[in-house]
Amino acid sequence: MQIKEFKIKWGMVIDIDKCTGCGACMVGCQVENNIAPMTKNDPYNYVQALTKDRDEASNKLKTLTWMNVYELSNGQAFPDHETAYLPRPCMQCGNPACVPVCPVIATDKNEEGGIVSQIYPRCIGCRYCMAACPYHARYFNWWDPLWPEGMDKGLSPSVSVRPRGVVEKCNFCHSRYLDAKNEARQNDEDPMNLADGAYNTACAEICPTKAITFGDLNNPEHAVHDLAKGPNAFRLLEKLGLAPQVYYTSEREWVRKQGDNYNADGGGHGAPSNSHG
Amino acid sequence: MDSKLFPEGVQRCSFGQFLIWTAVILGFFTWGLYAAVLVLYNGIGTTGLDNYFGFGAWITFDLAVIALGAGAFFTGLLKYILKIKQLEKIINLTVVVGFICYSGAMLVLTLDIGQPGRAWFGYWHPNVHSMLTEVIFCITCYCTVLIIEFVPLVLEQKQLNKIPFIHALAHNMHVNMALFAGLGAFLSTFHQGSLGGMYGVLIGRPYAFREGFFIWPWTFFLFVLSAVGTGPVFTVLVATFMEKLTGKKLVDYKTKALMGKIAGTMLSVYMFFKIIDTWAWATGYLPSVGLTFDDMFYGLVYGKWLLYTEIIICGVIPAIMMITPSIRNRPAMLYIAAILACIGVSINRYVFTVQTIAQPALPFDSWQVYAPNWVEYASSIMIVAYGFLVLTLVYRYLPLFPQERELNN
Repeated sequence: MQIKEFKIKWGMVIDIDKCTGCGACMVGCQVENNIAPMTKNDPYNYVQALTKDRDEASNKLKTLTWMNVYELSNGQAFPDHETAYLPRPCMQCGNPACVPVCPVIATDKNEEGGIVSQIYPRCIGCRYCMAACPYHARYFNWWDPLWPEGMDKGLSPSVSVRPRGVVEKCNFCHSRYLDAKNEARQNDEDPMNLADGAYNTACAEICPTKAITFGDLNNPEHAVHDLAKGPNAFRLLEKLGLAPQVYYTSEREWVRKQGDNYNADGGGHGAPSNSHG
Repeated sequence: MDSKLFPEGVQRCSFGQFLIWTAVILGFFTWGLYAAVLVLYNGIGTTGLDNYFGFGAWITFDLAVIALGAGAFFTGLLKYILKIKQLEKIINLTVVVGFICYSGAMLVLTLDIGQPGRAWFGYWHPNVHSMLTEVIFCITCYCTVLIIEFVPLVLEQKQLNKIPFIHALAHNMHVNMALFAGLGAFLSTFHQGSLGGMYGVLIGRPYAFREGFFIWPWTFFLFVLSAVGTGPVFTVLVATFMEKLTGKKLVDYKTKALMGKIAGTMLSVYMFFKIIDTWAWATGYLPSVGLTFDDMFYGLVYGKWLLYTEIIICGVIPAIMMITPSIRNRPAMLYIAAILACIGVSINRYVFTVQTIAQPALPFDSWQVYAPNWVEYASSIMIVAYGFLVLTLVYRYLPLFPQERELNN
């Protein structure tokens, strides 16, 4: 197995025991990255009337949610029942399943801190990367992006708006990384050795319980370096060998077990209580 | 009215009947065209696909028709390279069926990609590590080869062939056809294999992922074998369907039985490896990643019955039927075996496309069920209608079946 390693490895450690499932990370991500809300009617498309309506936000399988929150259950009956919430950004895998399958190199894992990038103007929309990603971290633009009147004034000028027909995904708020590097250069600091917190993602910043910590996994001065090596740290689907750069931590054993493929006893699969956030 | 255009010495239905038949086909075609226009104008949000099922009915349809169209390259290989003379009785039909399947698949792909205007990026920015890049290159090159193989048949049209230049051109193209048959066999083998490889390399999808031989996963070879094990008999089914429809004998049974024998042999080899592959996957790979065989199946739409139907009813049984001379030589039995084999390869392509991504890789996720909507059905039917239309025109005006005159006198 070939794991791509770079000097800087941006990563995340998410403390599931601190996460309340409030969804603020999802909202922060949506606003930061110019993700269009789902709107049922397109006033500019008259041909829409001939076919089905556009999907609205209630259709969770067609929404764009680069950050998604899953609800976990220990499967026990009351009073032993427990739930947990698992925020899921793109895992920025060290051995990504999505990168080698793309026919046009629209996605790549590169020196930019090991972040898996997506080049929207090059994507042909074949969705092979979506089929490859077991984390469902890639999203397709099913409809032309449409902002309700006035909301378009709040778009971030740093992030491109993606057209219909391309695949998009979380990129650890890459524009913030560029801003942080520029600021370091202006202050005569080394952009390749950013201080902990100089570059932070929107989801980590907005999290009210500080469940998400972001930083350079290779830098001992960054909090994530030690957190990722904690006794309760784990990664999703470790056994498949994709080597994610997102770590989770929980003191609860049943949560840690659900993170990997410890379902040889049939636990987890098909359980109706577990659903998309 | 158009009888002067018919091939030499054959009878065709009246022009009125022909028009009615064509109008029915065009009806289906227009319905699909309407769906296709909606897809291109509004985007593929109009389909039943979603973020869970990026691949669905179209990709299943694509893979199935490409496998069934494999009769063209494999029969061409046997006829032109291995010099099996008997196959010249059906070679024209295999080329036409192959052309329809491949060009139809490319039409579906145009609808399936989110940015059809960027389809050429596959050549401009190729990722040499992607199996899909290999598919893009091979499918277009092989489709070109099929067009080159189709052209002499068109040039042999009775009126066209009276022109000396066209006559000479057709003759010379025939002389050099072995070159294209060889090229086509090479391209199509890689193309069929790459389609299998597309799934075999999905390291995050335990249903499809397979360990490899050199740089290819096992599925590369399994897809090639399953295609050559069913493609030839699909051509036999098309010929037989045309015979029932026209009330004429078009291909002698000896040729059909030979095609059955070839397909049966290849299907037997395929089943041998497919069973070993399934066993190794269930007892070796799945436990190694903490999964069980049972985890791979769910409910009715993704049930184990699909696997057993594919391997036993539509795999082992038709393979035995086709390699046993006493069964193969009975027309009804051969046709039943052929239908089973074609269903089997279609199930295989369905489970590799849909079940692979329906299976929740995340342990806390749940199975999702995919159902195509009318837009996907209609556009797929458009391709079938397109195939009917091409076959109708070819049968009426071109010398498709060299034996037709002698068999019907």
